[in-house]
This record gives sequence, structure tokens and C-alpha cells, in this order.
Amino acid sequence: MSTSRVIDGVNVQTHYRDVEHQLSAAKQGIWLFMVTEILMFGGLFVGYALYHMRYPEMFAEGARFLDWRLGFINTLVLIFSSFTVVVGIYYCQANQMKKAAAALGVTILCGAIFMVIKYFEYTHKFHMGIYPGNMLDLAKLNHHLAEAGEPLIKSTNLGLYFGFYYCMSGLHGIHVILGMSLLGWCMFRALRGDFNANYYTAVDGVGIFWHIVDLVWIFLFPLLYLVG
Amino acid sequence: MEHTENHEKHHITPLSVYIKVAGALFLLTFLTIGIHSIRAYLAGTAPFFAFGIAAIKAYLVMAYFMHLKYEVVMNRVIFGLGFIFLALLFAITYLDIWSRVALTSPL
Repeated sequence: MSTSRVIDGVNVQTHYRDVEHQLSAAKQGIWLFMVTEILMFGGLFVGYALYHMRYPEMFAEGARFLDWRLGFINTLVLIFSSFTVVVGIYYCQANQMKKAAAALGVTILCGAIFMVIKYFEYTHKFHMGIYPGNMLDLAKLNHHLAEAGEPLIKSTNLGLYFGFYYCMSGLHGIHVILGMSLLGWCMFRALRGDFNANYYTAVDGVGIFWHIVDLVWIFLFPLLYLVG
Repeated sequence: MEHTENHEKHHITPLSVYIKVAGALFLLTFLTIGIHSIRAYLAGTAPFFAFGIAAIKAYLVMAYFMHLKYEVVMNRVIFGLGFIFLALLFAITYLDIWSRVALTSPL
């Protein structure tokens, strides 16, 4: 029993009038999902801004431990990955699926580079005793700072800053991993021949998801690494 | 006839536009770092520059990479509402904290 019919090389589900109807429903769903993403990350941004106003000195002390050069490299990597996603979509529209899959592959690679840099940032902080919230080991951190001859930390609530840091960059990192998996799925489907110039909705949707990951990082980078 | 319709619902952005947008995004990232290196001379205005440039970058990503420029009005409104409600969340929370009576905690 068939629940779909083929129009212009596209499988159209029975509850849709035509190709366009099906595509617009999918697109609207993606955009609604993106609103929930904006609100989820936005809540964290609002929390960060309000606590930054309350404890500016403590936030400045915390921001000392972030190396803007690593954030800068990650920004360039993510921008390039956003570019390769749209190149992938362009090749889908041109019906060149091998090139599209290659572009998506480069995007996954960029995501992996991003996560490797994040891994080094995180492990370095763990080594210094920097954990979120109450788990932050201030004695261990100050011991490290004293050995390096750097000024000691005065704020006793530094864990609050790193609570925000780990939640925001961690939630973003989870999105990068999810995006990489979804891009892998699109790549697999492109190579299997599921898509054509009239049908590449999955690539379009995953592409928009990947751009929101880039969009969040565009604001996270100055917030965490530059402004502090 | 069929072909022109397809082109309308799938707006095809030429590769050259994507390359220009990516180039602009890279330049703006370098500009952010450039401004960061002279932040001592900018006094308190450095964050405004950093987030101003971030907003321009966000616009480029949304308009060209996410294809919002060619998206139907409904989806643009849906996405825009996300930001409006975010601004509302910030405004109401800020008003709450700003209007509190200052108390000194014994802790």
C-alpha cells in the first residue's frame, strides 16, 4: 500500500497537494524549531548578561582563563563550515550529488576540528581545577596561579562564571556533535541517490540547523572570549 | 513553465554570492580581533563594537546562508518572533532586578 506518489521525481506524501506544499510544510517546521533554539540559547545569554551586571569583577577574573586565539580559530572554522554547507546545497540544486556530499564531508571535518580545539580548552581548564559551579576547586586553581606567578583569584563565586561558560559552550558543543551526525546522514543519503535538484529538503533543513550553530557562536565568541 | 516555477520556489543563489558573503564574514572576524587589540583606547565602548560587528555577521548568515532573504514572509515572521520574545525576556527580567530594593546579605 502506497502512502505517497511521485511528482517531478519527488516522493509526495498523500496528505500534501504537491511538491511545493510538502516543501513549505517542512520549511515551516524547521523555522519553528529554530525559534526554540533561539529561545533556549537566548535564556542563557540573558542569564549571563544579568549576572555580569551584578558581578562584573568576578566575570572579568573568569574571562582571564579564556584564550581568545583559540576562540578566534574556532570562529574561522565555523564560518568556513557554514560556507561549505551552502556550497553543498548549491550542488544539490545543480544535481551534482557527489560534489554535494564532498562539501558536506568538509563541513563534518570542520565540526571535528572545532570539537578537538574545544577538547583541549576543556581539559586544560579541568587540569587547573576549573569546573562549573560548586565543583570549582579554588584552592587548586590558586595553587596553579601561584606557581605560575600570576595574580590569585579573589572572587569566591568564580564557579558561577564557569557554570555559564560550560553550559553555554557545552550546549553549543552538543549542537555541533548533533549537527555533524545529521550532516553525515545527509551525506549518506546524497551518495545513496535519495536527492535530486527538486528534492533535497533534508540537506536544506540540516543546513539551517548548522547555520544556527554558527549564529550562536558568532555571539558566544565576543561574549566569552573578548568582552568577558 | 514548470521550470520557471521550480526556480521560484527554490531560489538558487550563485556560488559567487556565497564566496563574497564568506569573505565578508572572515573580514569582519579579523576586524573584531583588530578592535579587540585596541580596546584600551576605546574605553567602555569596545563591547558595542564587538556586538555590533557580531550583529552584522549574524545578518549576513541569516539573509544569505539561511536564505531568509528569499524565504516566504511567514517563515521570516516566525524566526523574527523568536528574537522579539527574547528581547521581552531580557527586558522583563532586567526590570525585575533593577526595581528590587537593595538589601545586604549577611552571607
